[in-house]
Formats: sequence, C-alpha cells, structure tokens
Amino acid sequence: MIPLSHYLLLSLALFSIGVAGVLLRRSIIIVLMSLELIFNSINLSLVAFAHFLQSMTGRVFVVFTITVAAAEVAVGLAILVAVYRRRKTVYVEELNEMKH
Amino acid sequence: MTTWLILFIPLISAVLITFVTRRQKDLSSYISIGAVVFCFILSIDPILNLLKHPHMEPIQQSFSWINIPGLHVEMGTLLDPLSILMLFVVTFVGSLIHIYSRGYMHGDPGFSRFFACLSLFIFSMFGIVLSNNFIQIFIFWELVGLSSYLLIGYYFEKPSASDASKKAFLVNRIGDFGFILGIFVLFQATGTFNFIEINHILEKGGIPDSTLYLAALLIFCGAVGKSAQFPLHVWLPDAMEGPTPVSALIHAATMVAAGVYLLARTALLYHLSPDAMEVVAYIGGFTALLAAVIAVAQNDIKRVVAYSTLSSLGYMVMAMGVGGMTAGMFYLTTHAFFKALLFLAAGSVIHAFHTQNIWEMGSAFKKVKTTGATFILGSLAMAGVFPFSGFWSKDEILTATFTSHHYFLFAIGILVAFISAFFMTRLVFVTFFGNERYHGHPHESPPVMTVPLIILAVFAVLSGFAGLPWFEPNFGTYIAGPSHGGHGEHGFNFFVAGLSTVVVLAGIALGYIIYCRELTKDPLEGNVLYKLAHNKFYFDEFYDNFIVAKIYNGIATICNFAEVNIIIHLFVNGFAYLTRESGKILRLTTTGKLQHYTLIMVAGVVALFLLFGAL
Repeated sequence: MIPLSHYLLLSLALFSIGVAGVLLRRSIIIVLMSLELIFNSINLSLVAFAHFLQSMTGRVFVVFTITVAAAEVAVGLAILVAVYRRRKTVYVEELNEMKH
Repeated sequence: MTTWLILFIPLISAVLITFVTRRQKDLSSYISIGAVVFCFILSIDPILNLLKHPHMEPIQQSFSWINIPGLHVEMGTLLDPLSILMLFVVTFVGSLIHIYSRGYMHGDPGFSRFFACLSLFIFSMFGIVLSNNFIQIFIFWELVGLSSYLLIGYYFEKPSASDASKKAFLVNRIGDFGFILGIFVLFQATGTFNFIEINHILEKGGIPDSTLYLAALLIFCGAVGKSAQFPLHVWLPDAMEGPTPVSALIHAATMVAAGVYLLARTALLYHLSPDAMEVVAYIGGFTALLAAVIAVAQNDIKRVVAYSTLSSLGYMVMAMGVGGMTAGMFYLTTHAFFKALLFLAAGSVIHAFHTQNIWEMGSAFKKVKTTGATFILGSLAMAGVFPFSGFWSKDEILTATFTSHHYFLFAIGILVAFISAFFMTRLVFVTFFGNERYHGHPHESPPVMTVPLIILAVFAVLSGFAGLPWFEPNFGTYIAGPSHGGHGEHGFNFFVAGLSTVVVLAGIALGYIIYCRELTKDPLEGNVLYKLAHNKFYFDEFYDNFIVAKIYNGIATICNFAEVNIIIHLFVNGFAYLTRESGKILRLTTTGKLQHYTLIMVAGVVALFLLFGAL
C-alpha cells in the first residue's frame, strides 16, 4: 500500500509547479492553467487525508471544490476572452492598467 | 414646582420648534405663543398671593449643583415681590408681543426660527428673574445676551444686522466681564452666592467699605452693559436692526431692564456703599440726558424710540442711584407697558408704510387710526403727561432725587423730562400729522396686531394708578419689603409734580410750534447742536477710531499671525504634506503587474506559515 507521505509529496510538487507557473509565465492562459494545478494539488491532499483518516467529509468536500472550480474556470475563461478581444494580448505584463 | 414649570416651558417650546415643528410655521408660532401665555397663567397665582400678603417672605426652592470644599453653587428659584413683579411684566408683555409677532412676521421665511429664538429669550429672562444666586443669574445673563444676539441678527443676510448683533454681543461682554469679577469679589467677602444669605451677611456688617465699593462698582458694570448706560450705550440703538417685536420685547421692555432689576436685587449692597451709589446716579443721569438730546435729531422712527428707551433706562438707573428703588422699579413697570406699546405701534406704522424714515410718512393718522391713537397714548405716557402712567412713575423718581438732596441730578431729570416731551411731540406730529409725504397705499394692520396694541395702551394709561402715593397699599408697599435697603417711599411733592407738569407742557408746546405745520425736512437742520446730536455725538466714530482701530486691531493682528502660521501652515498644510509624501512612497508598491502582487501574496503566506510554524 502506498503510504500517505507519497501522496503528500506529489501534492506538494504539483502545488510548487503551479505557484511557479503563476509567478513566472507570461501568458495568462498558462497562469490560469497553473492555478488549476494548485487547485488539484489541494484536492489530491484532501482525498488522501480522507482515505487515510477514514472520513467522508474530505471526499464530499473535494466534490464540492471540483464543482466550484469548474464554474470558476468558466467565468475566468470568459473574462480572458473578453480581455483578449479588447486588448489583443494575453500577456500579463501588458495588462498593467492598475498601476499607481 | 410651579416656578420650575414656568422656567422650563419656554425652553421646551424652543427645543420643540427647532427640532420638530420647524417646517410647520403655524404650529411653531402656536407652540411659542402657547408656552408664554401658559406661563402667564401660571404666574397669576403668585401674583394674587402677593396681593393678599404684601409682606410675604421670600420662597426659595433650590438644589445643590456644584459642591466641592470651599465652593457651593446651587440652582434654584426665588419668589419674592421683586421677582413676582418682573415675572408679571415679562409674561404679560411677552404674551402680547408674541401674539403681535404672528401678524408682524407673517410670511417671513424664518418664521419658525424667530419664534424659537423668542422662546429661548423668554426662558433666559425667566432664569434671570427667578434666580436665587449670582452664578445662576450670570449664566442666564449670558443666555439673554445670546438670544438678543440671535434676534438682532435675525436678518443675518443684511450686513448691518449681523454687524449690529456682533456689536451688541461684544459690548455686553465688556460689561459682563466686570460683572463676574464683582461676583467673585462679593463671594470672597461673604463666601456665598445666594442673594438672601449675602443680604444677611451684609446686614451683620464687618466687611471693609473698600471691598463693598469695589463689588458694587463691578456689579454695576454688568448693569451698564445690559441696560446700555454710558459709556456702553452704543449697542442699543444699533440693536434696532432686529425685527420690531424684538425691539419691543428685548430692547425696551424686558432684557434691558434686567440691569435695573439687578441693581434692585443688590439694593442692600449699594445702600451700604454710598460712594458707589453716587457713581450709579450720575452715570444714569448723564445717560438720560445724552440719549434724550440724541433722540431729538433722529429721523428713523425706531431709533427715536430706541434713544428714548436709553433715556428712560438712564432715568431708572438714576433712581436706583439716589436710593429710589421703589421708584425705579415702578418706572420699569410702567415703562415696559408704554415702551412696548410705542415700539409695537411703530412696527405697525412701518408695516403700513414700508419705511422707517419719519420724513417719508406724514399725515399717517388718517390711514392707520388704531395704531395712531395707541401711539399717541403711548407718547403721552412716555412724555409724562398727567394722569398717564409715565407721569406717576417719573414723578416718583424726581421726588426721590429731590428729597435725597441731589439737586443737580434733579435739574437734569427736569431737563430730560422737557426734552422727552419735546421729541415725543416731534415724533407724533411729523409721523402722524402735517402734510402727506408717503408713496403707495398704506393700510391698517390686522387685528392680531392691533388688539395687543389696544391692551397695552390700556395699561400704558392706567398702570400709573397702581402707584398713587395717597393710597395704601400701593405699588411701593409691595416692592419695598422689609428685606430691602433703600429709602422706600417718598410721598407726593406738589412742587416736583407741578414743575414737571409745567416743563412737560412747555416741551409739548415747543414741539407743537416747531413741527405742527407743512414740512419736508427738519427745520432745526443746520444747527450745530442738531448736527452733533444727529451724529450721536460721534461716539461710534470715537470707538471705531480709537478702541477698535488701536486695541482691537492689535489683538486681531496677533490672532491673524497665529492663525496663518500655526494653524494653517503648521497643522493644516503640515498634515496635507505628510499625507501626500507618504502616499508618494507607498504608491511605488502598486506596479500594476499581476505577478508582483501574486509574489507578495505568496511571500506573505510563506511568512505567516514560518511565523506560526515556528511558534
């Protein structure tokens, strides 16, 4: 049986890759995808804990977060498409209207 | 209990009008009128009680307000013949003037504000009248000053009115400063603020004459300010910028009489300090003469009546100074009736003609018969013609002056009687008779205004009989109770009465000869004395050029320097600078780059994690 620490290490790796993606990538699409990665790393650790602690709460919680995440992605992509139509760019460093 | 009720009903009315019924003008005026009329009804009981028991003991009700070792201040009410008399005058004249105001102020945009201020004034005046100690009387003394300020500046959009209100307030402050110092001197000598206790201590004696003299003079300062005696008389004529009912109520019948009331309240102190009394008497006499001369050369109907008020106040103060406390209070009472009448009638004339200049009226009697008739009755009372009320009260003052051997002051009194008769005659003939000089179509005022005039006229004519010297009990029996100093009564002196009647008739005759014909301007114009009097002996100019220009402007320069440099530059601009500069630094953090913000957020999370992980 695979021990809990393996799941958690995988989750941590996914989380770190996600954070690096959000912080370093230029394209906002990749940023959004990295965010999804962070999201799912958390889901992974939640189900792992739920399994090892024999608790239903964690599993139910994961189902909820996946649902909410789906809705969030729909909204986020919609905003992204709208921004692209207006600005003709998806590079985050060019979307700096909130300066000063 | 009743006295507290009387005191606080007008305050409730003022608060109610200001905060609740401001929009409903009619309701506001009914609340205010109702409050003062109700107070009048409540004060009937003490009056009847006084009439039954002429030598009543003073009734005090008080509670402790400030009580620390060495200082005990109460809040309380005192009902004695003096305060009951004033209560009657204030509630009675006040009620009539409130009713009159409903007609006079009709359609004015600030109608509710006017009645709120009137109620506030009535409250403050009751406070003065009913006080049983000096601290309380001082507080209400300032409150009447405030309400007078508010009402003089009622038309505050007019620069002359707002200037006049400031002038009245500031000039009064000068007198009040002396007043509060006097209260402290008296407190140091006696250890109490209570009137009755002070009187007991004074009766026992043992206080040095110099202390009494100082206290008496300083307290007189308060009376000089409020009763507009020379040299602080300059505010009262300017106070005529307020609406006419205000002039009648505050600047003729009640508030300005508060100074005289104060002198009567502290009569024993003055009785023990004859030197101070001499000062009081001569200041009063001088004011009476000065104001009477100025009144001759004024062309504004309200100003003539205002100067006649000044002159009357001087008369009352002179009476106090020669020990005629009863005479002074008697004159105060009759004066309240006929002077309120004169002002209200003048207001009614102004209402009809829309001008205050008597040379733009003329022959007014034909147009405003009721007003004219009541005005003439008031003038006769003011001039002191037998048997109108002014005759009896003026006669008592003259007798008091004569029998106390102040022959110089007696001569001034006779001279003032002559001049008063002259200028009242001038006013009546120029305004109501002679040739027509007005434009437009003047009309008589509505009954809400004329009925109070008629009631006041009845009192102006008859109230003198309350003080007939031949009958007991008369006015003096009630007022000169056992607890008061002063000489009490003076009886009737045929020489004095005869002389005053002769000079009054002479004054009227002279006025008749000069003014009862077709005129377009004053025939005395061009005369040097006329010019001097017309310009009020240049007192305002003197004060402006010396006191205001030198002292006041000096203080203003210092204040201005402090304001510009410390308040504006250091505080206001300093804080703005601080905010702006710190903002400049802080805004470097808002780069507008999404990933910067995210980095800061992640760093924050990591920092928090490390912090709590370490704990």
